[in-house]
Amino acid sequence: MPFSLRVVSVERSLFEGDVDFVVANGADGELGILPRHAPLMTILKPGALKIRHGGNEELLFVGGGFLEVLPDRVTVLADVAEHADEISVQQAEEARRRAQEKLAGTLTASEETEFQNALAMAEARLRLARTRRG
Amino acid sequence: MPAFRDIVRRIDSIKNTQKITKAMQVVAATRLRKAQAAVQATRPYADKMIEVLQTVGERATEYKHPFLVRREGKRAVMILVTTDRGLCGAINVNNIRAATRYMNEHYTEQQRYVTLGRKGRDFLLRYRRNVIAEVSNLPDRPSQALVLPAVTVALEEYAKGETDAVLLCYSKWISTMRQEPAIRVLIPAEIPKREAGQEGPRADYIYEPEPEAVLDGLLPRYVETQVFQAVLENKASEYSAKMIAMQNATNAAGDLIDALTLYANKVRQAGITTELMEIVSGAEAASAG
Repeated sequence: MPFSLRVVSVERSLFEGDVDFVVANGADGELGILPRHAPLMTILKPGALKIRHGGNEELLFVGGGFLEVLPDRVTVLADVAEHADEISVQQAEEARRRAQEKLAGTLTASEETEFQNALAMAEARLRLARTRRG
Repeated sequence: MPAFRDIVRRIDSIKNTQKITKAMQVVAATRLRKAQAAVQATRPYADKMIEVLQTVGERATEYKHPFLVRREGKRAVMILVTTDRGLCGAINVNNIRAATRYMNEHYTEQQRYVTLGRKGRDFLLRYRRNVIAEVSNLPDRPSQALVLPAVTVALEEYAKGETDAVLLCYSKWISTMRQEPAIRVLIPAEIPKREAGQEGPRADYIYEPEPEAVLDGLLPRYVETQVFQAVLENKASEYSAKMIAMQNATNAAGDLIDALTLYANKVRQAGITTELMEIVSGAEAASAG
């Protein structure tokens, strides 16, 4: 019994359709959604979003956002999102290097969270790109 | 009377201008279509965001996020969206006027601005207004990351208690012929009410983490999304206005060419007549002699 999933970012809609299984990177750890999951609202951390439908599997990168599970449908509100094959490894590596450099210096609390987040995003992108290439 | 050649030269120059305005009109029309598509693309996210906010708001009734609390003071930060380039009619002038007028009417104690777009920034700086953040030269399909830092500055001012409201002014796209300045109050945030008869999902969520944290995350994003949408809609308005402005310019050039052609013909005819008169009177003088 598949359920309907919609992945939207501010800039575009990335996925819409019936799926069998979704794995996301929630604030309290990785979570898998199967049909008839209890209604849920969670914050997402930067990471992969794995979608299984039919025999296919799709990989998306989600740079944080929200996931809502309702009895009949699941929605992902992503801050930033890309299909796995759109990830630029070079850009991600650069972003990681920049964030690491910044974090090495002295920072205010808000800058600290900002660069921590940037670092987490870059690392999640790289991890995803690597699994993609096997 | 100017020489015939000079008028013809003038007509040629206007024809060149007309070619340019015509081309700009066509380009604006294409870009308008793209800008409208970009606005459309943000709708699903924005609609969904409002739906979730409504649901979460109904659950976490005890908790008041600072962005939802009304403050009495008369200090405000206005986020003013304008275009980067001109030749687009009156939309920037209208926006700037609407924004400054609104500020003067409602927020007399302290007025500060965040500008998105070069025209607004240049204007406000020329009139010595307080601009605390700006972004200019936004591409046609800006990513949210470009707009975000400036918005964050405004939100932080509110969080620090340095301002009592955050406002937004942009050009609302009504039709190709009509764009109007729109002013919205971003903070204190007003979450649109559910339409009558439309029941929210009755499901009681499991929250991870607790509802307050989810609301804390959602509200700033809700505000950011509104600004981002405004930037995109302003682009659509810009290209509509530009298209109309360039169409008018093309028509005006055509009228001018017609008028000048008529004038050129008259001048040429006058020249011929004068010449004839001279020949005739010359011949008469010769035969009389």
